[in-house]
Amino acid sequence: MTSTLTAPAPTTPLRTSIGKKAVMAVTGFVMIGFVVAHMLGNLKFFLGAAHFDEYAEFLRRVGEPLVGHSWLLWGLRGALLLSVILHMWAAWSLTRQSRLARPVRYAHTDRIQSTYASRTMRWGGVILLLFIVYHLLHMTVGTVHPDFHHGAVYENAIAGFQVPIVTIAYTVAMVALGLHLFHGFWSAFQSLGRNNKRLDTPLRTVSWILAVVLVVGFLSVPWAVMFGVRP
Amino acid sequence: MNLTLHVWRQPAADEPGSMQTYEAPDVSPDMSFLEMLDVVNERLIAKGEDPIAFDHDCREGICGTCGLVINGVAHGPERATTTCQLHMRKFKDGDEIWIEPWRVGAFPVLKDLVVDRNTLDAIIQAGGYISVNTGSAPEAHSVPVPKDAADDAFVSAACISCGACAAACPNASAMLFTAAKVTHLGLLPQGQPERAGRVRAMVSAMDDAGFGSCTNIGECSAVCPKEIPLETITRLNADLLASSRRR
Amino acid sequence: MSFTDLRWTEGERVLDAGAPGGPIEDAWDAHRFELKLVNPANRRKYTVIVVGTGLAGASAAASLGELGYNVKAFCYQDSPRRAHSIAAQGGINAAKNYRNDGDSIYRLFYDTVKGGDFRARERNVYRLAQLSVEIIDQCVAQGVPFAREYGGLLDTRSFGGAQVSRTFYARGQTGQQLLLGAYQALERQIAAGTVEMNERTEMLELIVVDGRARGIVTRDMVTGAIEVHMGDAVVLGTGGYGNVFFLSTNAKGCNTTAIWRAHRKGALFGNPCFTQIHPTCIPVSGEHQSKLTLMSESLRNDGRVWVPKKRGDDRSPDQIPEEDRDYYLERRYPSFGNLVPRDVASRAAKAVCDEGRGVGPGGLGVYLDFSAAIGRLGEDAIRERYGNLFDMYERITGENPYQVPMRIYPAVHYTMGGLWVDYDLQSTIPGLFVIGEANFSDHGANRLGASALMQGLADGYFVLPSTISSYLASAPKTNAMADHPAAVAAVADVRTRVDQLLGARGSRTVDSFHRELGRVMWDYCGMGRNEEGLRKALDRIPELREEYWRDVRVLGTNEELNQSLEKAGRVADFFELAELMCVDALHRTESCGGHFREESQTPEGEAQRDDERFSYVAAWEFAGVGAPPVLQKEPLTFDYVHPAQRSYQ
Ligand SMILES: Cc1cc2nc3c(=O)[nH]c(=O)nc-3n(C[C@H](O)[C@H](O)[C@H](O)COP(=O)(O)OP(=O)(O)OC[C@H]3O[C@@H](n4cnc5c(N)ncnc54)[C@H](O)[C@@H]3O)c2cc1C
Ligand code: HEM
Ligand code: HEM
Ligand code: SF4
Ligand code: F3S
Ligand code: FES
Repeated sequence: MTSTLTAPAPTTPLRTSIGKKAVMAVTGFVMIGFVVAHMLGNLKFFLGAAHFDEYAEFLRRVGEPLVGHSWLLWGLRGALLLSVILHMWAAWSLTRQSRLARPVRYAHTDRIQSTYASRTMRWGGVILLLFIVYHLLHMTVGTVHPDFHHGAVYENAIAGFQVPIVTIAYTVAMVALGLHLFHGFWSAFQSLGRNNKRLDTPLRTVSWILAVVLVVGFLSVPWAVMFGVRP
Repeated sequence: MNLTLHVWRQPAADEPGSMQTYEAPDVSPDMSFLEMLDVVNERLIAKGEDPIAFDHDCREGICGTCGLVINGVAHGPERATTTCQLHMRKFKDGDEIWIEPWRVGAFPVLKDLVVDRNTLDAIIQAGGYISVNTGSAPEAHSVPVPKDAADDAFVSAACISCGACAAACPNASAMLFTAAKVTHLGLLPQGQPERAGRVRAMVSAMDDAGFGSCTNIGECSAVCPKEIPLETITRLNADLLASSRRR
Repeated sequence: MSFTDLRWTEGERVLDAGAPGGPIEDAWDAHRFELKLVNPANRRKYTVIVVGTGLAGASAAASLGELGYNVKAFCYQDSPRRAHSIAAQGGINAAKNYRNDGDSIYRLFYDTVKGGDFRARERNVYRLAQLSVEIIDQCVAQGVPFAREYGGLLDTRSFGGAQVSRTFYARGQTGQQLLLGAYQALERQIAAGTVEMNERTEMLELIVVDGRARGIVTRDMVTGAIEVHMGDAVVLGTGGYGNVFFLSTNAKGCNTTAIWRAHRKGALFGNPCFTQIHPTCIPVSGEHQSKLTLMSESLRNDGRVWVPKKRGDDRSPDQIPEEDRDYYLERRYPSFGNLVPRDVASRAAKAVCDEGRGVGPGGLGVYLDFSAAIGRLGEDAIRERYGNLFDMYERITGENPYQVPMRIYPAVHYTMGGLWVDYDLQSTIPGLFVIGEANFSDHGANRLGASALMQGLADGYFVLPSTISSYLASAPKTNAMADHPAAVAAVADVRTRVDQLLGARGSRTVDSFHRELGRVMWDYCGMGRNEEGLRKALDRIPELREEYWRDVRVLGTNEELNQSLEKAGRVADFFELAELMCVDALHRTESCGGHFREESQTPEGEAQRDDERFSYVAAWEFAGVGAPPVLQKEPLTFDYVHPAQRSYQ
């Protein structure tokens, strides 16, 4: 009898660590799409209360009469929710795998390559999670805020960001987001096997720009409110 | 020059270990790092103390047996250099040097600085080969290989299986090693028939062996004595994700 | 002088290699047809023990596994991929004649016999040249990334002064790439369950039952467990013993233990004194030196070798004007110049250093100067060709060879000697096969560059699998178990040795003894040998050996990972081997290839063979520690390549 191997066990790629990483990347992209749009939408704040509330209302109206009131929004919400959940699931299971992979830590470590951002993805993620929860309660559900009025998005924002601690909290969260994406955007291409020698530097530059634009764009609103800048 | 060493000592796999401090007087800058340890050991033996166990063989930077984390960096401060090729002229008189073994769950410590890396062989066993029995090979020139493919394959094939990538990776991931092995064969015409199955089998073997997951941090490629580029990992990712489409 | 001597005794056995007659071109085919086969269904029932997983061992184990035998493989490293074959830089020869430059199987055969200074067995060498062609096919199919040209076909270069371009290479890593090919084939068989791999396991004794090799005793280098492995045949692919000199280009772990234990059990040892000294190595930098690093021979294609004309001229090289430089290779060998064969280049370097014209620490070095080549081709061209070698040189010496000339000095590199084997690679113990550098090999008295990889793979992939099958088919099947008296006795021997080494609790470390032994060997049994020196060595070595057993200090116990204990066992065997090497060198009063007896040189100071008296393989029989060994002979006949004095002038 001669020995030729039976073909290796067919594992579905998605079950491997690389597969989970791809899930993170794809869901990551979905969320990036959302935050970019969201940031741009937020800039309407500077066009004044009318426009801003109108915009919020628009979010709910879009698609009518093809689809019912808020349907599309709910669809969007569903997609986002799914992304966040999958993203977190993958993050959790990969993080767990890596924790187990180094039972004994080094007594003395030194990093010669990695960026701060790349090493803080997980904490950044946690901060983002906390932020999102808080943020929804703040802006959408309104429970964390006494004088919250549904639909009066502009007022809510003003009311909220006049409290310095709130603005500080948002600021921290946005910096976390910036760091998360500074590594994440490039990393996602790498994870999906879409990076290469030529693309690498451009991708890193784009990540950098994306991070800065998002942080500045998002923070413009709370800081404007805090320093009393009103359209 | 005179140095102070902090070295991980662990009598056996199942016994606890700790960092111990040793003086290394009058070290010559021409010594290799391992020769410096040889001298320290000769003194320990003279004093009747158990010498420091560390792995090494060729001392030429090619067998991949040696490997120490020196001052927190796998294979020490000099880029593209194995521990055995590192020379003491890279250090200054009075330096304190921290010497630890690879710290990777999949590389259990056997003694002091010696670890067990058989998990790397396990990844190869899963599919890191081309199935061609002796004697069944066609004439070498029957399959021309474009020079750039051959050169790229060589870049990956240069991996010496030292495990420094996993040792340096904050996630203790062996992605760079696995990527190097997968791309070496995947880039060559001879490697195509088994390509899809190979990458799936090797990656799941890597996960099963207990290595961490890659989050594209890049320490691995920075410490790699053979400078396997980070893009090798992208190639592995692409290969694995594409493998669902291939049979 | 009398042909016998109290240092050895003459035996009367005349060894027969059992090489087939007939035209040399058909010998191997004809022989393979004669060989018996084992029915595929029965192969699983045969256990073959393969010690060593370098190019020779790994290729053999993998091929035997593919055939369906039950293989047990062993190596002392933590993975088969780390065997010393990994370090080979230059390349591997094969008579493909892809260059159409007049190469052929016959020419490779001819060059190897001539290069070996007519001390190799013609029929083996011819078979080697024939198989070289299949080796390249096999390796390419495995995915070995040989250097290629733009057309996608394999590139070759000329190596070690060969007139044809027949050396296949993979950058400076040919050995690693070839070994990875064999290693991957081996791992495939391990996964398939035909090969059981035992890493970090060292063979310490051979088990011989009723005159046949039936098993080995090993020590688990992690737990210290001493175990018996029985089988139907034993294969040794355990590499060379250059480390007897302490300083060599070999890996630190390379040792003679496996073949020496077999020698003590009755396997004859062929031409032990035939050692190759490589001319281009980085010189010793101090007492701490633990090994020597080879700089690929290819450097001699563009580097010019020189030393100052005046003795003790300690000006820095750039201060020494042309007229004060002696390009001694170009001067002495106008036609070959810097490309003369290894043994010639090495001796020439030693000669100028002995005259006190050597450079660098201790005057043990000569310059290898690239300034001319850099001037001619530009620094980039040189970086393109030798970049990695130059970097390695700078890493080790701290000097930049683009600015100052390299310093090089010869170092022990390869051992042509080894266990004597017949045409089937079987030693004088039935059932014990020896392959690769471990056997006395097809290289005669001097190996050509890029021929060892070829031999290791020819043995492992193609020769051994056929010949061992024939042995298994014809040998009586035993079911000797680990409790067989012979096995029990072997284990007892191992234990006593280990206990003695641990028990001495003396005052000197193993390394200090090993260094001293190495010094003696280098001084008296190195590049130049003479009767007086060899006798000195033969007086000194036994003293040193006794002192060793009395005064060595090995700490710790057997039941742990104990690197001093591992070394101690190997050095103990080196002592006994060293003595035999000196006896062999003493008895062979001719010079040939790597063996240079100062008493026997031409007027020009070249090696002077004595075919009248020494056209034979000296196969030594063990007669007890310290007892004079018995000299048996295998006469050599040359039907095709007729012995002539080598000349490179
Ligand atoms: C620096 C250097 C460069 C070289 N370059 C070239 C070149 O360019 N071209 C060329 O043709 N040749 C070259 N050579 C020679 C060639 O590399 C070797 O001769 C050849 O690789 C030997 O292969 P091997 O399989 O016989 O032994 P090795 O590769 O040495 O393998 C020995 C095996 O035996 C095992 N072993 C040894 N002792 C024991 C024991 N007691 N118990 C258990 N296992 C044991 C080891 O673990 C190892 O697996 C070079 C040699 C050196 C040192
Ligand atoms: C300072 C920065 C931000 C401001 C000022 C801001 C403002 C708002 C406002 C006003 C709303 C309510 C819109 C409505 O109810 O119609 C909202 C909703 C929301 N914001 Fe933000 N946001 C910021 C940052 C973020 C970030 C970084 C994220 C995600 C990571 C985010 C995720 C969301 C989500 C998911 C909703 C709910 C959308 C919905 O389903 O109605 N926001 N944000
Ligand atoms: C909900 C809370 C979140 C958690 C717990 C989280 C966590 C993580 C973690 C652990 C990683 C892996 C680190 C890495 O692979 O480099 C990651 C990657 C990433 N995250 Fe998040 N994140 C969260 C929210 C977000 C948001 C809101 C976005 C986008 C706006 C985002 C975009 C990304 C991207 C693009 C990546 C890179 C994916 C890859 O490298 O393949 N994440 N996240
Ligand atoms: S990839 Fe580099 S670091 Fe990792 S094992 Fe291979 S050579 Fe070592
Ligand atoms: S450092 Fe680790 S995270 Fe990936 S890129 Fe290298 S394996
Ligand atoms: S000892 Fe071989 S690579 Fe360092």
